[in-house]
Amino acid sequence: MPRIYIFKRFERSWHWAQAALIIFMLVTGFEIHGTYSLLGWQKAASLHTTAAWTLIVLWLFAIFWHFTTGEWRQYIPTGKNIAAVMSYYATGIFTGAPHPFRVTQLSKHNPLQRLAYLLVKLLINPLIWVSGLAYLYFNELGALKIAAISGLKLGTIAQLHTAAAFMMLAFLIGHFYLSTTGHTPLAHIKAMITGWEDQDEPPVSGARAATSGPTHA
Amino acid sequence: MRTRLLLAALLASMLLNPAVQAAPDADTAKLLASTADHSKFEALKHQFKSGPEVTKACLSCHTEAAKQIHKTEHWTWEYKSPEGQLLGKKHVINNFCTSISSNEDDCAACHIGYGWKDDKAYFASETIVDCLVCHDTTGTYRKPIGFAGNVVTKLTEYPPGSGKMIKPANLQKIAQSVGKTSRDSCGACHFFGGGGDGVKHGDLDSSLASADKALDVHMDSLGNNFACDTCHLTQGHQVPGSRYAPTAMDKSGAHLRGKEYSSNPTDCQACHGLTPHKKNAKLNNHTDVVACQTCHIPRYARGGVPTLMSWDWSTAGKRGPDGKPLIVKDDKGRVTYSGSKGDFVRAENVLPDYIWFNGRVKYTVIGEKVEKGDQAAQINRFEGSARDGKSLIWPVKIMRGKQAYDPVTKLITVTHLSGEDGNAYWTNLNWKNAVATGMASDGLPFSGKVDFITTEMTWPITHMVAPKEKALGCADCHASGGRLEKVSDIYIPGRARDHLYWLDVAGWAIAALTLLGVLGHGLARVILSKRTH
Repeated sequence: MPRIYIFKRFERSWHWAQAALIIFMLVTGFEIHGTYSLLGWQKAASLHTTAAWTLIVLWLFAIFWHFTTGEWRQYIPTGKNIAAVMSYYATGIFTGAPHPFRVTQLSKHNPLQRLAYLLVKLLINPLIWVSGLAYLYFNELGALKIAAISGLKLGTIAQLHTAAAFMMLAFLIGHFYLSTTGHTPLAHIKAMITGWEDQDEPPVSGARAATSGPTHA
Repeated sequence: MRTRLLLAALLASMLLNPAVQAAPDADTAKLLASTADHSKFEALKHQFKSGPEVTKACLSCHTEAAKQIHKTEHWTWEYKSPEGQLLGKKHVINNFCTSISSNEDDCAACHIGYGWKDDKAYFASETIVDCLVCHDTTGTYRKPIGFAGNVVTKLTEYPPGSGKMIKPANLQKIAQSVGKTSRDSCGACHFFGGGGDGVKHGDLDSSLASADKALDVHMDSLGNNFACDTCHLTQGHQVPGSRYAPTAMDKSGAHLRGKEYSSNPTDCQACHGLTPHKKNAKLNNHTDVVACQTCHIPRYARGGVPTLMSWDWSTAGKRGPDGKPLIVKDDKGRVTYSGSKGDFVRAENVLPDYIWFNGRVKYTVIGEKVEKGDQAAQINRFEGSARDGKSLIWPVKIMRGKQAYDPVTKLITVTHLSGEDGNAYWTNLNWKNAVATGMASDGLPFSGKVDFITTEMTWPITHMVAPKEKALGCADCHASGGRLEKVSDIYIPGRARDHLYWLDVAGWAIAALTLLGVLGHGLARVILSKRTH
């Protein structure tokens, strides 16, 4: 089976570090929320904060990487063939139909993935960042002279942060499951570790258009 | 060469500077403690026959002292609140011995004057100011209960006919050894408020006289060894830090020497400032919401002396087989029932209650009508809320009581408890006579009916500051059912009652549905792929 190198070293380490941090922050975050008691509140809160700063630094690197390499274009949404991909996950996947999308270096995400990751990057992440930093610097916000900000209640900030956490949790569950939908259950996960994705047989002609990503070069 | 000279000069100055010398020996320390040795004063080389005689001698040098005292609540037992309420011991009710009026012979044992009389001449007199009760350093000066604040100077039988003898105080010796106030001298009254050791406050009892570090970091006898006036920084006998005028929130920060401050010198912030936590800065984010005391006084009555939590007067009146008021004690020998007083509940290591408090306290005063309802009547009300910008979450002791009440006039009664006359409750166990005498002493009406009313009284908890290792941890409050469970109008991360119910339900529902969806999808894949193969 042909292979294609699609995930670069930085991208892979970023992905897995981010995955570990997000899972850790969900675990500690829901302890801070009061859902259960695991590490002890103080430890959970302190580690959650440390993990948050680590993730912020990681994200700064990732943003830099995406813009300097042009990889940010991978998340530009496309409506092309989105119906075919949706119908694949709804029916084709059960009948052994080939995936309507073929991964290339220039277009490593199918249209659904593009949309999902864009949503994470533009909605969930910013909500977590902003509400989390506001949570952390609540007293400093209160000292600001801008009434709309200084008048914010801790409860409001905490609830936004909680809402974002639930969204992240739902994304994580879906994302983890979909990573098992390659030609073998571990194919995608292996690709995310090694960088090499197995190339399926060329897709049926009708779906070919999906392989052409946004013009990159 | 020049550097060498400088070094030599520096070395010499270090050796000669008394500030860097070793601690002085005992004699020098004693010499440096005061410019006056009172045993050398002619005015004090005298066999004093009464307290006022000593005061006269004191005033012959300390000419303004009595005038200063006249301006204190220690003297007037009266305080006018900013809201115009006339408070102070003379006017308030409590749910211990309930009120002073008609019981002065006993209560005034803790007044800093001799032979209490509630009249102008008494309060204007300089020579009846009792200097010794605060400035005694021998520990032998006593003002026994029953003498209206007089010191006993002759061998006296008390109560009369009891055979119990009170030894006279050696006034000359005591006068010659006067000195600064101490935890012992202040504590002689303040540790014993409510009629016994630790009874009233919960955070003040005799264990503080020789406190260890675990009991109080500041008063630790082997450490900081603060006297009361280290914090209650007194000038001209005016002692700051009265609970009648508490400071609930102080934003003015730490006091520097040489600067003038109008803020309360007794509060924590006056020394520690507003951001006292150096190691864990996040803790400083709490100081705008939580009083220092809330975390740093994890429990009160920690010194081995129990405090009174409840006093039920309604059960009083039982006599023992000997005809005397019945006394019941627990296995530690502490009185749990007294025929002349009723039922007591005492406790040690008590978890405080927590409330929003802005420093204003509204009292129910003598003569104020009180409705008897399902809820306990509040003898005082600590005001405050999350929204007034002046309140912090404070630890308090709530003293519960059941005390005499006139159901017709709706007045909490003034009861004549002590005295050698036939009407005092403690001698004859007759409520009607005792209440009639008590109410008459304050010019109040009495219907002749005595009922009992459930009351609550709130006391601030501010002493017995534990070492920082013993302060509360995060999870003590950041949890459901934690210490601050009952405190409203604040979001406490970790406390379920603050959660938006629908947000949590929706959040978990979405997560669960996603999980179910992918599990179903996966299961279908497995089943269908087996079929195709």
